[in-house]
Amino acid sequence: MVLTGAEIVIRCLQEEKVDYVFGYPGGAVLFIYDALFQQEKVRHILVRHEQAAIHAADAYARSTETVGVALVTSGPGATNAVTGIATAYCDSIPMVIISGQVPTAAIGQDAFQEVDTVGITRPCVKHNFLVKDPADIAATIKKAFHLAKTGRPGPVLVDIPKDVSAQSAEYHYPKSVEMRSYNPVVKGHQGQIKKALKLLLEAKRPMIYTGGGVILSDAAAPLTKLVRKLGMPITNTLMGLGGYPATDKQYLGMPGMHGTYEANMSMHFSDVLLAVGARFDDRVIGDPAHFAAEPRKIIHIDIDPSSISKRVKVDVPIVGDVKEVLEELARLLDESKHEQDTVSLATWWKQIDEWRSRDCMKYKNSDEIIKPQYVIEKLWEVTGGDAFVTSDVGQHQMWAAQYYKFDKPRRWLNSGGLGTMGVGMPYAMGAQLAHPDAQVACVTGEASIQMNIQELSTCKQFRLPIKICNLNNRYLGMVRQWQELFHGGRYSESYMDSLPDFAKLAEAYGHIGIRVDRPADVEGALREAFSRKNDLVFLDFQIDQTENVYPMVQGGKGLTEMILSAEDL
Amino acid sequence: MRHVIALLIENESGALSRVSGLFSARGYNIESLTVAPTEDASLSRMTIVTTGSDDIIEQITKQLNKLVDVVKVVDISESAHVERELMLIKVRATGKDREEMKRMADIFRGRIIDATDSSYIIELTGNQTKLDSFIGAIDTTLILETVRSGIVGIGRGDRILKL
Repeated sequence: MVLTGAEIVIRCLQEEKVDYVFGYPGGAVLFIYDALFQQEKVRHILVRHEQAAIHAADAYARSTETVGVALVTSGPGATNAVTGIATAYCDSIPMVIISGQVPTAAIGQDAFQEVDTVGITRPCVKHNFLVKDPADIAATIKKAFHLAKTGRPGPVLVDIPKDVSAQSAEYHYPKSVEMRSYNPVVKGHQGQIKKALKLLLEAKRPMIYTGGGVILSDAAAPLTKLVRKLGMPITNTLMGLGGYPATDKQYLGMPGMHGTYEANMSMHFSDVLLAVGARFDDRVIGDPAHFAAEPRKIIHIDIDPSSISKRVKVDVPIVGDVKEVLEELARLLDESKHEQDTVSLATWWKQIDEWRSRDCMKYKNSDEIIKPQYVIEKLWEVTGGDAFVTSDVGQHQMWAAQYYKFDKPRRWLNSGGLGTMGVGMPYAMGAQLAHPDAQVACVTGEASIQMNIQELSTCKQFRLPIKICNLNNRYLGMVRQWQELFHGGRYSESYMDSLPDFAKLAEAYGHIGIRVDRPADVEGALREAFSRKNDLVFLDFQIDQTENVYPMVQGGKGLTEMILSAEDL
Repeated sequence: MRHVIALLIENESGALSRVSGLFSARGYNIESLTVAPTEDASLSRMTIVTTGSDDIIEQITKQLNKLVDVVKVVDISESAHVERELMLIKVRATGKDREEMKRMADIFRGRIIDATDSSYIIELTGNQTKLDSFIGAIDTTLILETVRSGIVGIGRGDRILKL
């Protein structure tokens, strides 16, 4: 069958069962938009800025098990997309981004809306392609989806010049992909898995530390089963929240810079540490030299060999898909005659409970002024702990991660790696489209929300009833916190004067806006918002300006050198 | 430590920039990098000379392997191998220098591949040290221009880098 390049693009998306494409039209993608218009299977969400298209598609992928798809034009369309692509890349999110390019003959001529998209995006994609022949489009898109979702997932960009989308070619969608240069290891090495199990069972102070890899490989169920059987303590990183139920007693909370005392102490003083789909990030282990000073054996399961022994030396590396390896580990555990050292484990738990009794997450609530932690606790209550929660970046992100107890995977959507302000609302849009009947909350701040505030318009057009919880402290809170603690209280450019009236702003876009000033009104406002199933409600909480995020490990310090509260300073 | 990494990569546009971009983005050293298609035109072979601690070299090979277009990576300096570099050097060759230059080229098994009234182009192959020694052995004020290819390397005996 002969089709135009543009028609081929859309047919490929249909073949991949893509429900939604997030995008913004422009000159170089006019033919593709024309083909999109003439069918109904693939629906398009028109955003107000390309960055939001990528974020929304990213969230669609994060909150489901599918590949997110976005469509942008050449030049500024592509450069606006870059922040979104880099965000997805840092968190290993499977995505396919299709960008228009100027006609082949114009490439390199400094044409109108021309940039070297493949060159600009190269360092922040898993792979990218420039298609120069309409006959290559189908095979390239097939490869793009294959690359995006297999191995360590990531965004893949396909750049299509305008003439290529206009010309015709024979259409045939390949059934499978063969790439001699790309064969990710899925099954873990048997011998290594056995070694790991032996270490774990002999451990006196075992600790399990899991990250985003558990979420991405849909391994929460096998992980939970295995950890319960082993009876060992577990921590989930910011990217791994929901990988293990947060309300379970074996769960110690999040580790790292703003992690719990018990999680960090247990990480540090464990004698065997099992790392699963996590990468010993600087925000998780602090100073690697300080972390390495305490002797412990490390088992590391990861799909990406380059993540292993990158920041810390690993004793038992296991390359493979997290889910497969965990299932194999569980199978071997069932068969094993090796006795677990339960006496030592009981002593270890006693120590952990002592650390736990410091109650590092306690905060002083107030009747006068709204505490952000209180808002998140109430949000958790009102939504029954079952909402999709997105966040932007900063203090509110940490409070949401600390105080909303995620029991399920794929419920917590945030930019962990790149730390991109402005993801919150587009993430909520993507999650709401993927789960139309679910409660979706966007926890944000007055600074972050303004980085993509224009998407209130998209939410109106597509009737996305997300609930925005703006923790408004009139400061770039995390910047202010660091300035207070490390820069002598010189608040350089961290205060924002002349903020909009967010409630009115939401109303101007056709939504409902509620300003909340008093702690006594927090719960009522949340209930009101979530009872409005069909409306976007913008809750503007006026919170304590001076509240800081604790506990805290300062940058460059070790995990045991924590500031637990303001009194520690 | 100096390492010589050989790799096979899909011969597609942009392949070289993926490799060089990886080195610059992650702050790895490149002493030299050579690339050309192999007997199979769909594959290019690169030889990269780099320096770094064992940890860095481990990361470099892992990161190279992670590139989607890279088919195979081998650190050929881990065992017996051969390295060669090509140098073309244009020197002033007049008067008594003319005879002396010819003699030095012979000693180093170089070949004069172009001669004018006043200059020679000498072609020389060998490992890096040999080429460095030649430059050290001649009167450097006579050098008009040098061009070196960067080394290519290959494992000895049974160590074969092929698909």
